Amino acid sequence: MQIYLPIAEVSVNAFLLLGLGGLVGVLSGMFGVGGGFLMTPLLFFIGIPPAVAVATEANQIVASSFSAVLAHLRRKTVDLRMGTVLLVGGLIGSALGVWVFNILRSMGQVDLLVKLSYVIFLGAIGGLMFIESLNTIRNTRKGKAPKRKHHTWIHALPFKMKFRTSGLYISVIPPALVGVFVGVLSAIMGVGGGFIMVPAMIYLLGMPTKVVVGTSLFQIIFVTAFTTLLHATTNYTVDMILAVLLLVGGVVGAQVGARIGVYLKAEQLRILLAVMVLLVCGKLALDLLIEPAELYSIGTAGH
Amino acid sequence: MIRALILLLALALPAKAEDLVAGLSQNRIAISSSFDGSEILIFGAVKRQAPIPEGQLGLIVTVEGPQRPLTVRRKAKQAIIWVNSAAVEIDHAPSFYAVNTSGPLDDVLSNTSDLRHRITVRQAIRSVGAPMDVQDASAFTDALVRIRERQELYQLNIGAVEVSDQTLFNTRVELPANLVEGDYTSRIFLTREGAVVAEYAATIDVAKVGLERFLYTLAQENALIYGLMSLAIAIAAGWGASAMFRYLQS
Repeated sequence: MQIYLPIAEVSVNAFLLLGLGGLVGVLSGMFGVGGGFLMTPLLFFIGIPPAVAVATEANQIVASSFSAVLAHLRRKTVDLRMGTVLLVGGLIGSALGVWVFNILRSMGQVDLLVKLSYVIFLGAIGGLMFIESLNTIRNTRKGKAPKRKHHTWIHALPFKMKFRTSGLYISVIPPALVGVFVGVLSAIMGVGGGFIMVPAMIYLLGMPTKVVVGTSLFQIIFVTAFTTLLHATTNYTVDMILAVLLLVGGVVGAQVGARIGVYLKAEQLRILLAVMVLLVCGKLALDLLIEPAELYSIGTAGH
Repeated sequence: MIRALILLLALALPAKAEDLVAGLSQNRIAISSSFDGSEILIFGAVKRQAPIPEGQLGLIVTVEGPQRPLTVRRKAKQAIIWVNSAAVEIDHAPSFYAVNTSGPLDDVLSNTSDLRHRITVRQAIRSVGAPMDVQDASAFTDALVRIRERQELYQLNIGAVEVSDQTLFNTRVELPANLVEGDYTSRIFLTREGAVVAEYAATIDVAKVGLERFLYTLAQENALIYGLMSLAIAIAAGWGASAMFRYLQS
């Protein structure tokens, strides 16, 4: 069934979108990530204009992370105070990101920026996660317990604050900076930034793993909601019909994925996710490195 | 004086000897949610008072979408990656352009007629000035035509116009699904030995309707409300899915 998208101005198969939403939803439910980093490149691939794909994907992430956060709130695994600090940083970063996005859009370099960010971040995160989970698997085979550093330079910074749910007493500067950074990425790449924030919270801030996912999702809702609004009011690129089709598939898929995830071990899950992240990264990197078949592209007139 | 007038009339008459009457299967195309491309049937007849004149007859039917300015960019290798570098602005390029002919283009249309009536797609594209650093501006126009031909937005259908007894003709123009709204123009040219002897034009109104219309207008004119509405839908869907699965589990 073909459906015409009013903002993207292309006609696409509705079942394809539902299926894509569902597939990415399953993965996101399994791994606890928003899935934006997979969905946005897939949308480019089926011919949605990049600007529309990025803005609409932000809208879809609002739905999937809201659905997931409700479950975490019930389990009391959301550090609201930490979430708020991250959020303040996130909103600033998001505004900054949309501003950069607009400048580059008029210069015709949006594609490059989005793809480069993907290659760099997916490559780095995927690589780190792969090595880290390999080590964990090897260590558990040897019977060693994983160790965590407790005192780093981060604990020496001023403006300390107590985060009771996380059991932390640290400066607000590092979480706020993490927030800004993720906000910028969210605006530019159309992702929630969970795949950056989760490792940052565990390794940089030293938060306990059980509150990390919920807290990250909590702040992602607000940052992506803000990003959606900014894209909608400055670029007019949020496609509501596209978003609805994606999120219907996505929310159902996420619940299915969460049930599959129960049967896999944490390290196995992480290694699978790392492989997937690296695959997406490799595909995008090849596109940048290999001479494209068509050197020319058509864009809207801009200055 | 009168003699000169009669002479003038006599000279003008051969041009008037043949005229076109035509119709379109639809003058309005509605882009609804289920829009999946459309087909227009264009048909008509050559009207003449005198016997069929000499010279090879040709019929050319064009359908042209709204003009929009656009930018064509070319990638170049910088360091190790391919990035957009040179850009040329095209002042006028139809968003859709189809040319259907009754025979090979060289037989039915002379170059002078093409230039005067802007019939082929290259004549319909206007690019005023390329920046100083771009030497080969025509390569950009070529690329535009090539890309749009691949998307079936620019079409050249040789022999797609059926002519019977040098009088009746009909042709079909396929409009693809990725259509832009606006006023489309259909022009029909009757040629003899490549020279245009009669012309006919009609407009086709292509517009989004219903939900598509509503959402597009809202997104453009009340962007904030539209944005908030998108968020409300997202929140509702997220809550709905969570509630539904909790209900299924219990």
